[in-house]
Amino acid sequence: MAGTRTLFDKAWDAHVVSELGGDMALLHADRILLHDLSGLRALRMLKELGHAVRDPSLCFAAPDHTVSSDPALGGKGKFHETCVVPLAELTAADKIRHYAMGEQGFGILHVIGPELGITLPGASVICGDSHTCTHGGIGALAWGVGTTELVHAMATQTVMHRKPQRMRISFNGELPAWLSAKDMILHVIGAQGAGAGNGYALEYAGSAVRAMSVEGRMTICNLSIEMAAKVGMVGPDDQVFEYLNGREYAPKDEAWDLALAHWRTMPTDDEAEFDKDIDIDVSDLKPQITWGTSPEHVVAVDGLIPDPDKEADPDRRQALRAAQEYIGLNPGARLEGTDVDWVFIGSCTNSRITDLRAAADVLKGRKIAEGVCAWAVPGSEDVKRDAEAEGLDRVFTDAGFEWRLPGCSLCVGANGENVPAGKRCVSTSNRNFVGRQGTDSRTHLASPAMAAAAAVTGQITDVRKLMS
Amino acid sequence: MGKFTVLSSVAAPIDEKNVNTDIIIPIKRLVGTDRGTFGEFAFEPWRYLTEGVENPDFILNKMPYRNAEILIAGPNFACGSSREGAVWAIQEFGIRALMAPSFGGIFFNNCFQCGILPIVLPAEIIENFMRQAISDGDNPKFTIDLAANEVTAPNGDRTSFEVEPFRRDALLNGLDDLGMTLTRRDEIGAFQATDRETRPWVYL
Repeated sequence: MAGTRTLFDKAWDAHVVSELGGDMALLHADRILLHDLSGLRALRMLKELGHAVRDPSLCFAAPDHTVSSDPALGGKGKFHETCVVPLAELTAADKIRHYAMGEQGFGILHVIGPELGITLPGASVICGDSHTCTHGGIGALAWGVGTTELVHAMATQTVMHRKPQRMRISFNGELPAWLSAKDMILHVIGAQGAGAGNGYALEYAGSAVRAMSVEGRMTICNLSIEMAAKVGMVGPDDQVFEYLNGREYAPKDEAWDLALAHWRTMPTDDEAEFDKDIDIDVSDLKPQITWGTSPEHVVAVDGLIPDPDKEADPDRRQALRAAQEYIGLNPGARLEGTDVDWVFIGSCTNSRITDLRAAADVLKGRKIAEGVCAWAVPGSEDVKRDAEAEGLDRVFTDAGFEWRLPGCSLCVGANGENVPAGKRCVSTSNRNFVGRQGTDSRTHLASPAMAAAAAVTGQITDVRKLMS
Repeated sequence: MGKFTVLSSVAAPIDEKNVNTDIIIPIKRLVGTDRGTFGEFAFEPWRYLTEGVENPDFILNKMPYRNAEILIAGPNFACGSSREGAVWAIQEFGIRALMAPSFGGIFFNNCFQCGILPIVLPAEIIENFMRQAISDGDNPKFTIDLAANEVTAPNGDRTSFEVEPFRRDALLNGLDDLGMTLTRRDEIGAFQATDRETRPWVYL
């Protein structure tokens, strides 16, 4: 098979412990990431079943979901005693490296994995969180699992999976100014649909991906699951290797040289074939934003809310109407100019230093509109410290943003932080589901630059117009 | 884990695509809810008008579907979050099998972990099943026979389905993944020993 394998095939093959018949295989889990919801529950289940953690040195934990992002509370929110403390205690008992709030290295698991060099090209990474696909941005084979699968993984260092088909999404052309990875991937989900990746492992390729920062690639891979693909990957290249070199858990010295030689063999072979190929030219792309309650409800910022009456299928027509009723917008209306109450810059999608810089570029010398509540929540303690060293925190606070503590925060509201009912939020996160940011909250997914522009004008705004 | 062999029940149709797991079990129920008590929160945003007040229009609040053990759903059912609470909620409501054109991939795996059978069938068959599932007081029943890989619809038509052989055996025999994998300890050890030679940097 030499010379005809994809990046995914190579990563998959390297982890097969046993073939289980059909397309099923037992795979080695190189890294297991544990958070304060599924990770905590899995640790407890493991204990109840009487099993030990097989390889604690390959497990890492951080309570990213329920920590408070409120600096006044020092990160101790309403679930501190029920989730945060028990995760620390159970991981300590099992000798698993745990990063506590405030500690250097702490953060959203999908931010700190790559940041600490825990995540490596070609390595398998699992976590009880669907956005584990994020780690594919540096070429890891990473996917989200359920709690019982996590228990299985901790007890055996393996995970069962059915081999998916392979799809390549190639982005070519030069991305226009003020656009970013988020616009590219939202566009794909809007065009292909929220189910388009079901049963596939995605590989993102093309000149626009090669030209993109490693962090941008993580943003793209992060949203793979919003297209129903559990896995999204980008072939590792020199940019990735430079990113990883010197990071805490990345190999050093001779091991680095050995790893590097291996990683260079990971990218898809020229002769490899995919089960599906999608090609996208990004040179004419406009800023993208969601209008509804599924990540596939995407339009260009100057686009119109779709008219359900033009939908032939009655069920789809009804679903569009329900989404529009929930989001409080009328068919045929222009999204641009819609008043905004909240802005959230953060989450495992868009909370890295490059994301904060992109937002700060828009906010510099500007104030957010009156009545807008705007939060910047860095993805990790390291991101926060780096941003503060660059003075980005001042840019945010001078503009009127709250500069908060790292965690998942308003993306999912697991910590009790919510957008109030009926309020409209432009968010750099990954899901605009009904109730996602709080009961009856209204979410519009967009890039950090678009979110910053919305904060400044108090409306859904084309960032290019604001900056021209 | 209990065995899954034959199931005969009315089936509740949820005719919508991309139903996400946030709808099936909201995040706030993932903290402080014990196994065995997820059922009352299944589809909470749709099932209740306000806390504790049922929405009479929602399918699972209507007879005979309150007692349904089968769900028929649209494509990409249970997409989104990895939360296994979505399966626990459905299971504890009383559902034991689901039929849809496709499922969210993480949810799909989670079903097997809990002894729930998710069946993938072509969209046109699902649409037909949804029509047959509608009750005019006649409580139309579907019968799922896993050993025969076959669903019998209320009109008597038989449709075959495929499940990964490994998954099927586990359900039929009530085997759980962990129990099976623990018998492979030596294989895992051997894999790691070889892998340490080729990818030493992976092991910390």
